[in-house]
Amino acid sequence: MTLNFILNGKNLSVETSPDRRVVDLLREDLGLSGTKECCGSGECGACTILVDGESRLSCLMLAAQLEGRTLLTIEGLASNGELHVVQQAFVEHGAVQCGFCTPGMVLATLDLLRRIPDPTREEVRRELSGNLCRCTGYQKIVDAVMAAARTLHGGMS
Amino acid sequence: MLGNKNMQNHEVREIGVIAPRIDALTKVTGAENFAADLYPEGFLWVGVKRSDFPHANILAIDGLAASKLTGVTAVLTHRDIKGSNRLGIFEKDQPILADKTVRHYGDAVALVVAESKAALAEALAAIRVEYELLPPVFDPEAALEASAPILHPTRPAGNVLIKSEIVCGDGAANLEKCAFQATVKIRTGWQEHAFLETQTGVAWMEEDGTLSMTVSTQTPFRDRLELAEALGISPAKIHVVAPCLGGGFGGKDGVTVQGFLALAAMHSGGRPVKIYYSREESILAGTKRHPLRAEYTVGCDQDGVLQTLSCRLLFDTGAYASLGSEVFALAMEHAGGPYRIPNVSILGSAVYTNNPVSSAFRGFGVPQAAAVMEQVIDELAKAGGFDPLELRRKNAVRRGDTSPTGVLLTQTTGILECLDQLERHPLWRQRTKWCESAPAFKRRGVGIATIYHSVGFGPAIADYANAKLEILTDGKFRVYAGVSDMGQGNASTYAQIAGHILCQPHEIMDLVLPDTARTLPSASSSASRTTFTYGNAMIGAAELLRDRIRARAALMISFQLLHSVPIEEIELLPGVARHLPSGRSVPLSLVATMMDASERTATYSYTCPVNNQPIASGENLRMHGFPHRVVTYGAQLVTVEVDTLTGETAVCDMLNCVDAGRVLNPQAYEQQVQGGAAQGLGYALFEEFAVADGRILTGDFSTYILPTALDVPDMVTEPVTPDEKDGPFGMKGVGEIGIDGVFPAIANAIADATGVRITAETMSAEKVLAALRQTGQEGRP
Repeated sequence: MTLNFILNGKNLSVETSPDRRVVDLLREDLGLSGTKECCGSGECGACTILVDGESRLSCLMLAAQLEGRTLLTIEGLASNGELHVVQQAFVEHGAVQCGFCTPGMVLATLDLLRRIPDPTREEVRRELSGNLCRCTGYQKIVDAVMAAARTLHGGMS
Repeated sequence: MLGNKNMQNHEVREIGVIAPRIDALTKVTGAENFAADLYPEGFLWVGVKRSDFPHANILAIDGLAASKLTGVTAVLTHRDIKGSNRLGIFEKDQPILADKTVRHYGDAVALVVAESKAALAEALAAIRVEYELLPPVFDPEAALEASAPILHPTRPAGNVLIKSEIVCGDGAANLEKCAFQATVKIRTGWQEHAFLETQTGVAWMEEDGTLSMTVSTQTPFRDRLELAEALGISPAKIHVVAPCLGGGFGGKDGVTVQGFLALAAMHSGGRPVKIYYSREESILAGTKRHPLRAEYTVGCDQDGVLQTLSCRLLFDTGAYASLGSEVFALAMEHAGGPYRIPNVSILGSAVYTNNPVSSAFRGFGVPQAAAVMEQVIDELAKAGGFDPLELRRKNAVRRGDTSPTGVLLTQTTGILECLDQLERHPLWRQRTKWCESAPAFKRRGVGIATIYHSVGFGPAIADYANAKLEILTDGKFRVYAGVSDMGQGNASTYAQIAGHILCQPHEIMDLVLPDTARTLPSASSSASRTTFTYGNAMIGAAELLRDRIRARAALMISFQLLHSVPIEEIELLPGVARHLPSGRSVPLSLVATMMDASERTATYSYTCPVNNQPIASGENLRMHGFPHRVVTYGAQLVTVEVDTLTGETAVCDMLNCVDAGRVLNPQAYEQQVQGGAAQGLGYALFEEFAVADGRILTGDFSTYILPTALDVPDMVTEPVTPDEKDGPFGMKGVGEIGIDGVFPAIANAIADATGVRITAETMSAEKVLAALRQTGQEGRP
C-alpha cells in the first residue's frame, strides 16, 4: 500500500506492506538506522520514536499505523547541525556511553519534558523507566534531563 | 597569530579535567554507525539452526528441502568448513558448526543464507537433524562424579576444565587456633550481559580473496587468528573492522558471530551477508557470567586479626571452555579479598556441563569470589563482636604486603584510603539513625564490601598495544585506536592523551576505530587494561610525533630568523608551533606539508611490565594470568530498605570509594563506576537467570529483568588517586572495580536489616519474603 506521512519535517509517500514493522521500515527501507532495535518486544525502549509528538515503540508499530501521522526520529532532531538542547545536555553531562539506548532515551526525554516541563529527579526516573540502559546506571541520564529542563524552562524551577 | 580557524571554538582540555566524549556527538544524533546499522547493497541474511537437545550426537543433517526454498542461497554445515572448525582462546573445543556432538541448546548445527528474513525463517524450520541422545549433566557437582557423562571425551581430565589449589602458611589447619570463626555457603547464578546491541555484523569476500567483516567485537585482532585456524584460511586474508560497540561487557570478548559471517560470505559469491541476533537468540547462544558454588570459612584471633581462610570454589563453565580458565584464575587470585591472611587454603575447579557457556563478564570471576568473601567477613565480624568496617581496616593490605594468595603487592595500594573515605561519609556516620527511622513495614540496613581487582593479562599473555598517530596535511590529527570502544569512551580518551601531549583540542581529532588494515595490532578491550595499555603506547607515539613536529618547525623558523633554532625553544599550541624567544609561529598545517608521509605518522609499541615473582602454589594458573602486578581497590557501601509485606529490596544509596589511580577524565571515570555498580545491583537483586535441564527459562527481557532508572539510586563516587607509576598519567584502570563489591554489600545490608542471608543466587523479593516468613518478620510493621 502507499503510505503518506510526515517524517522529520518532510512529506513522504512510501510504498510498503501494511504489516511491515515501523522499525524495519525506518532502518532497512528508509536508511534511518539511528532508531535502534534491542529486544523487538517493547521491553527496552531503544526503538522509541515520536508520533505526533508522543513517544511510541517502533518495534510494536505497523506501517499502516503511520498514515497521516507526523514522525520524528533521532535524525530529525538536530536542526542545521545544531544539537537540540536535550542532545547537548546528554553530551555535556556524560549521559552517553555505548550510545545504543541514546536515540530512544533522547526522544523519550522530549516527550517527558513536553508533558512535565519542570520534573523532579524522581519523575524523570519514573518517566524513563521504560527505556533500558546497560551502561550508565542512569544517573548521568537523569542529570542530563534535569539540565535540559532547566535550559528549556530557564528560571522556572 | 596564524591560528587555525577551526580550532577557535575548541579548548585544550588537560588530563584530569572533565572532557565530554567525542563519540557522544555522533551517538546523540543517531549518526554513529554501529555494526548493527550496516545494510550493504544487495546483502543476504544469515541465520543459525540451533540444537534441539542439550547433549546428543548428530547422525544426519538434511538441508536439501531448505536449500530448494525460494530465496535461499545456501544451507551450510560443518562439512563446508575446511579448517579445524574449532574456536577457543587456549582450549580450542568449540565448533563453529557442530560436527559430531551438540553440548547445549545454543549450539549451532547449520547455517542458512537467504534473500529475506522470511525465507531465512522458513529454511531454518525446514532443516531436519537426526540426533542420538546422550545423557546430559547439568549440575557441576554431578559433572565431577565418576559416572557422569563426559562432554569432551578426548580430554584427559574428564569434565574438569581446570582445577587448582593455592596454599599459604599453614593452610586450613590453622583454623583450630582461631578465636573466632565464620562459615558461609553461597551460590551465585548466571548473569546475562544484556548489551543493547546484540551480536551482529556484516561480511563479504573482496575480489582479491580477502574476507572483509565489520562486526561488534572486543577482539578484532585476535578474531583473525581464531577464525583463520578454524576456517583454514590465512589470517592475512581476513580483514576485521570493529566500529563502536553497542555494549560488550565481556560478552563480545572473542568470536560470537564471526565464524558464521565468514562461512556465509565464503559461500555467497561476493555478495555481502548480515547477521543480527534477536534478543532471544542472543540470550540463547551468548556467553554468561559463570555461576559459582562456594564454601568459605575464615578465622581471626581475639583482636580481630585475620589468621586463616579455607575455601572451595566450583565454577560451571557450561559446554565449552571459552575464557573459563582465565575467569577461574582471576577468581582464585582474588578469592581472599584485599586482606592480610597468613594461612590460606583455596581449592577450586571449573567444570564442563551441558548448560549455557560462561565466559568473560565485567569483573571476570572477582564479583563471584567477592560475593562470598565479603559476606563471610561480615559474619566473622558478628561472631567476634567487631565493627565490620574496623575489621576490614585492621586487616586491609598495605603496599609491600602479600595478598592472601601469595602475591607481593609492589604497586600503589589505596584500600585504606578507600575505607577512610567511606568511614568519613555521612552515609556511614549516620547509619544507625537512618536505620532506626525506617517507616512502617520497612526494615533498613547498611552494608559494605571491600574489594580489589587486578589490571591486565598477568605474566603469560603479552598485554600489549601499538599506538598510531598522524598529523594530517591540514594540521589536524588522526588517532588510530587499535582497541575496541565498547562504550567506555576509550577511543576518545586516547585522543585526549594525544591532545594533552600535543597541546591540541582533542574534540576535533579524527578517530579511526579498530581496523586490522589501518590500526595496529593491539590486545582486547578487556581486563581493566583498555586505556592503561594503549594509553601508555599513545604517550610514546604522541611524544615522538610532537618532537618531530617541533624539529621541523625549528628548521622552518631558523630559515626565517637566519640562525639555528634549538628544538627546546619550540612549543606546540593549538594549531601552531611557536618559537618562544622570537614569538614567531608556524601553522601546523604548514609544518605538516613540510613533512614526508612517513614522518607524519608516529607509532609506538608498549607491553605492560609483569609480576615475575615466584609463586609457591597455584602454578598451573600462571599461564591463565596469575599473578598480577597492578591492582585497583575499592570500598562500597549500600543502604537498603526491605519491605516486610512484599520482600522487595530498594537500594536507597550507594557510595563507591575507588582507587583506580589518577583520574584522566572524571566524567568517563564516573561513567565506569556508576555503570559497573548498576550492573552489580541487577546481579544482586533482579537478574535471576533461570535454567532448567539446560534450557534457559529467562530467554527475553520480559523474563530476564534488568534494573531500570527507578531501581538504581543516585550514587556517590569518591576517587582515591595515588600516582601509579606503571600507568599512563598515573592511572590504573576503572572498568571493572565498580561491579565487584555491590552484590555482597547488598547482601550485607539485607542481613543488617533483617538478620537473614539469601544464599542462593539473586536476592529476589520472593526469596527475601520467604526468609522473612521463616523468621517471623513477614508483614511486621
